[in-house]
Amino acid sequence: MATMWNETASSIATVTTAAFDPTRVRADFPILARPVRGKPLVYLDSAASTQKPRVVIDTLAGFYGEDYSNVHRGVHFLSQRATDQYEAARGTVRDFLNAERDEEIIFVRGTTEAINLVAQTYGRANFGPGDEIIVSAIEHHANIVPWQMLCEQTGAVLRVIPMNERGELRLEEFESMLGPRSKFVSVVHVSNALGTVNPVETIIEIAHRHGVPVLVDGAQSVQHLPIDVRALDADFFTFSGHKIYGPTGIGVLYGKKALLDAMPPYQGGGDMILSVSFERTVYNEVPFRFEAGTPNIAGAIGLAAALRYFRGFDVDAVASHEQALLRYATERLQAIDALRIIGTAEEKASVLSFTLCAVHPHDIGTILDQHGIAVRAGHHCAQPVMQFFGIPATARASFAMYNTTEDVDALVHGIEGVLEVFA
Amino acid sequence: MDEIRDLYQEVILDHNKNPRNFHRMDDADAVLEGYNPLCGDHYTFFVKFDGDRIDAVSFDGSGCAISKASASIMSAALKGRTRAEAERLFELFTAIVTGKIDPVEHVAELGKLAAFAGVAEFPVRVKCATLPWHTLHGALEGTEHHVSTE
Repeated sequence: MATMWNETASSIATVTTAAFDPTRVRADFPILARPVRGKPLVYLDSAASTQKPRVVIDTLAGFYGEDYSNVHRGVHFLSQRATDQYEAARGTVRDFLNAERDEEIIFVRGTTEAINLVAQTYGRANFGPGDEIIVSAIEHHANIVPWQMLCEQTGAVLRVIPMNERGELRLEEFESMLGPRSKFVSVVHVSNALGTVNPVETIIEIAHRHGVPVLVDGAQSVQHLPIDVRALDADFFTFSGHKIYGPTGIGVLYGKKALLDAMPPYQGGGDMILSVSFERTVYNEVPFRFEAGTPNIAGAIGLAAALRYFRGFDVDAVASHEQALLRYATERLQAIDALRIIGTAEEKASVLSFTLCAVHPHDIGTILDQHGIAVRAGHHCAQPVMQFFGIPATARASFAMYNTTEDVDALVHGIEGVLEVFA
Repeated sequence: MDEIRDLYQEVILDHNKNPRNFHRMDDADAVLEGYNPLCGDHYTFFVKFDGDRIDAVSFDGSGCAISKASASIMSAALKGRTRAEAERLFELFTAIVTGKIDPVEHVAELGKLAAFAGVAEFPVRVKCATLPWHTLHGALEGTEHHVSTE
């Protein structure tokens, strides 16, 4: 454990790439070995949250056991160690996203807080009555509600890029929505409910042609696709640590330095100031201006460990493994007569939403759970998506790099069990 | 899979497939909406009173098998009951699905409602079973309130 902080400080680029083998990956995740309801766990809910590899668990325990203290204030040994590791984590995230500078990485609680931060700082400072904020029809509530709240505060108007029946955005409509009142585009990279991969490169290119900045919600993309915020030219990019094998309660807002520099603070408190008097407070530089109070230090350090672990694999190999699982699962589920797959975009991540004729998703979820199979059942915080398809909810199986074709077989067997009960 | 059969008893599956009193009511005395935002179960209940008695209950909407069967069986169980009897059934039912009392001791009183005893083993599904009852409970209280102001 004593050497851990040195590892933390090292660049993720120096980690050697291991060959991809899902069986070996599984051995890294202690929880996958535990039984659930007397059956081996089949974890198909990674779009809600991924499980944690041993290295992340050990990093958290190691940090609290060996190196813990508050950051940015103490002159003592432990405070210096904690600060070094916390700031090294920022560097690891910068590497991971290929951002230009460490200051462009702001630690937040998760994607939800990141979007609220942008809405309440950038949005409040720049939007007025009649200005238009554009989101898409396949957003998570986290990329709808913060903008609706901002619209109420500023008089701005929310507009929505429509989708087709496969769950793909209609980009031709998007281009025609852009005009002089367009102020901001905030769009999801990968849909949590449908799996659709949005062509964010094209969306950004179109928006920029009209001088409109773009936030990309990467909560469901960073764990499946290689991300390069500079190649994308994203103005803001957000993701959550717990969906990419890291701890809960930690996430990232990336923003271009010029944009962040011009933004007012989010929350007021310690660490976000240079000086305070009752007459005048001088705010700190970015990123600290946006990190009021003691941050989630262990979370950031654990996230860095997760990113290094993830980058230890060839991202393309992970992606092709997950795509193979998605294809196999799609084929096997399509063979079930009563089953309808919701979300059939050409480009999909490993998320498979479905309904079963005459069986409510919650009943599916309960029965699969008795087989030790964890799936999500509900509206997936995407009620507009459910309304579009005319359904109250779906069951959703989502695959991560530790899933195997045996997991898919177990799912199919479980669904047959559901149909037996409701025969 | 015994737990599953305990939860999805034949009578529940039957009422899910062929819900009774599953229609709107034009001349209802009370119309109430029951909605569980967590899972999207969404029903509208219609109640017609005859003095102190519940003349008829009907409903429409959609939701899981547990909530739909619960609404269906409730609508049949409450027909002809006084408000006090309905209140007593409401209390019995919620006690049974939360595992607070043993249904065996109340078989005669419960009738088909006893089929929901298995729900107690599935804490996340208790709200599915109680949604119709909580919704209708509001109607009973609302009516009492209405009556008392006359």
